[in-house]
Amino acid sequence: MTGKNIVGIIFSNAYDECIPELTGLRTMGSVPFAGRYRLIDFPLSNMVNCGIENVGIITKANYQSLMDHVGNGKPWDLSRKTGGLHLLPPFLTAAASGNSDKIEALKGVKDFIGHCKEEYVLFSDCNSIFNMDIDELFNFHAAKDADITVVYKNGEAPKLKDLIVMELDGNDKITQVEVAPVTDGNVNYSLSLILMKKSLLERLMNEAVSHNYTNFEADIIQRNVSKLKMYGFKADGYAATLDSMKSYFKANMELLKPENCDHLFNSERPIYTKVKDDMPATYGLSSKVKNSLVANGCIIEGEVENSLIFRGVRIEKGAVVKNSIIMQESFVAAGTVLNYTIIDKNAVITPNKTLSGAENYPIYVGKGIVI
Amino acid sequence: MARKMECIAMLLAGGQGSRLGVLTKNIAKPAVPYGGKYRIIDFPLSNCVNSGISTVGILTQYQPLELNDYIGNGQAWDLDRQDGGVHMLSPYQQIKGMEWYKGTANAKQNNAACTIAMLEVPWEEASRFGLMVLNDDNSIASFEEKPKNPSSNKASMGVYIFTWSKLRQYLIDDENNPDSSNDFGHDVIPAMHSAGERMFAYLFDGYWKDVGTIDSLWEANLDLLNPKVDLDLSDNTWKIYSRTPVVPPQYISDTADVQNSMVAEGSKVFGEVDYSVLFHNVTVEEGAKVRYSIVMPGATIKKGADVEYAIIAEDAVINAGAKVGKRPEDVENREEWGVAVVGAGVEIAEGGEVAPKAMIGKEDK
Repeated sequence: MTGKNIVGIIFSNAYDECIPELTGLRTMGSVPFAGRYRLIDFPLSNMVNCGIENVGIITKANYQSLMDHVGNGKPWDLSRKTGGLHLLPPFLTAAASGNSDKIEALKGVKDFIGHCKEEYVLFSDCNSIFNMDIDELFNFHAAKDADITVVYKNGEAPKLKDLIVMELDGNDKITQVEVAPVTDGNVNYSLSLILMKKSLLERLMNEAVSHNYTNFEADIIQRNVSKLKMYGFKADGYAATLDSMKSYFKANMELLKPENCDHLFNSERPIYTKVKDDMPATYGLSSKVKNSLVANGCIIEGEVENSLIFRGVRIEKGAVVKNSIIMQESFVAAGTVLNYTIIDKNAVITPNKTLSGAENYPIYVGKGIVI
Repeated sequence: MARKMECIAMLLAGGQGSRLGVLTKNIAKPAVPYGGKYRIIDFPLSNCVNSGISTVGILTQYQPLELNDYIGNGQAWDLDRQDGGVHMLSPYQQIKGMEWYKGTANAKQNNAACTIAMLEVPWEEASRFGLMVLNDDNSIASFEEKPKNPSSNKASMGVYIFTWSKLRQYLIDDENNPDSSNDFGHDVIPAMHSAGERMFAYLFDGYWKDVGTIDSLWEANLDLLNPKVDLDLSDNTWKIYSRTPVVPPQYISDTADVQNSMVAEGSKVFGEVDYSVLFHNVTVEEGAKVRYSIVMPGATIKKGADVEYAIIAEDAVINAGAKVGKRPEDVENREEWGVAVVGAGVEIAEGGEVAPKAMIGKEDK
């Protein structure tokens, strides 16, 4: 448990613009995922599973749903007398109008970071989903005597405007960093989980402010590649980075493979979320469910295949749901056929409708919409 | 100054539940799992909270450790309060006598007497209950505790509302009476009645079931699957709260066939499940069949095993090809049929068989 000496900083709004449909009414951190979670559950759980007891969540806009979800931090054991969960809303002054970028946001929470007793800072965004043993990351960082360690995955680079793509030597040392380059094939790209000493962060921040730097990835990471000892720590197993609706759909669907699901929901390092007190899922006499993840509180009387069904969804007899993601409390009426769809919370699809998208372009039905 | 509660609740959670056999070997009856994700005590606790009663005492006696652990500070039921909240009242040893309390009546910490919730039960089951004969105004004419030959089928649900000052007096009197067996139903209630206290019945017509026996526990679980039974766990205005395990959604595979069942999160189904209740973290492997059964948390039903009319307790393993329980139609002598029970942590060998009505505990193996 190395976490006692680390403060976690989560950017809840980073890359909101990549999935405008889902983030129109919420932050990236509160986007529903995997049947019963919100994206922020993953970085938060990773942090508390290694003993981190002090976490700041930086917010920018639309953070009501996020506040509602994390509450006082109790589900993550972060309702503490010292430390615990801190929501850090934008610090608005006449001169600054909210967090336009990460450096601006970090400037806004300078006091919070300054008051933290922990020696290390661990940054995370919310659009990368994985389950990682942070103890291993920390031990790697210490063993390499690194200044900065960036967690990366080898694969096709997601299309994100500040994506760090790096080259490593045989000793895992980062030799070159590019920000959002045009790439082809597999590269090493950052999962935006970055560990460094708090004192180093404060020094780099002062430098950035005095030079009027604005971009964390380009001005703090890339600029210092040759000056600082930067290392890459590889994430194995399931790790998804969201850059679009298509990737959101794919990342969910990949969890239908038991090996991915078992990796992400490793019982040694559980993923915590807000408790809803729903009853167990109920399957009716006529239900036919294949290859699907189903959460508690659902009543399923129709046919469901290759789908993720969130808490409290009702699927009537005679409805057919295939290759779809149906979010919390939505209702699919009899005779309706859904194929390659993403149905947001509290939506109602009335009887005998047919909605069909494609694997690379699932049809999205917004929160509370009645069709 | 603490806000005054008009009514506080006392849950008598001391019962051993001896008729539940291996299921209550290491846990008190109120901690027995029920309904796919709950424990029995979640129901009275949630009823209290949903009714606005936020001071609840839980009187424990038999095997209280797991119950203590489960209730914790009451946070899951919103009972971690500044004022009131949940209190675990453990049995105490008196300095003189050195005798643990027997009944529930001499738990002195408690409260109050006047109204008894009751409902009509089938005549053939009436002798299992505390029964009451009522006058026209619903006042209680006479009272019988588990009589051999019942003269009424109106049974006490074990929910009483007392005026504290009255109850206190009768409890003190009962404690001082050397002839008393110190039992609520046998001694305290009849004493109040014979002293002419005004006692009334509150007639309840919703779902209620005593889950004191294996068969009734099994039935009460399967009642959840019967749309005609008036017990709606999806009622958002009357949620039943419980401690929720930290597990992912349930996975229903390509090879699975799940019908008319309740399944909790964290379970993985690759086989056939029909008319059954699966708690969290249950695995049903490919080719296994689970029918008319209750499978408690963490149990595994391996490939090709066949489980019907059974209760499989926590973390039990039914190995490949084993057969647990039988349909009543397949048993020649109906008297020999009953729900088969596999106790917590028990492993049934590959190809093994558990007869109907059998109860396999850990040391029996």
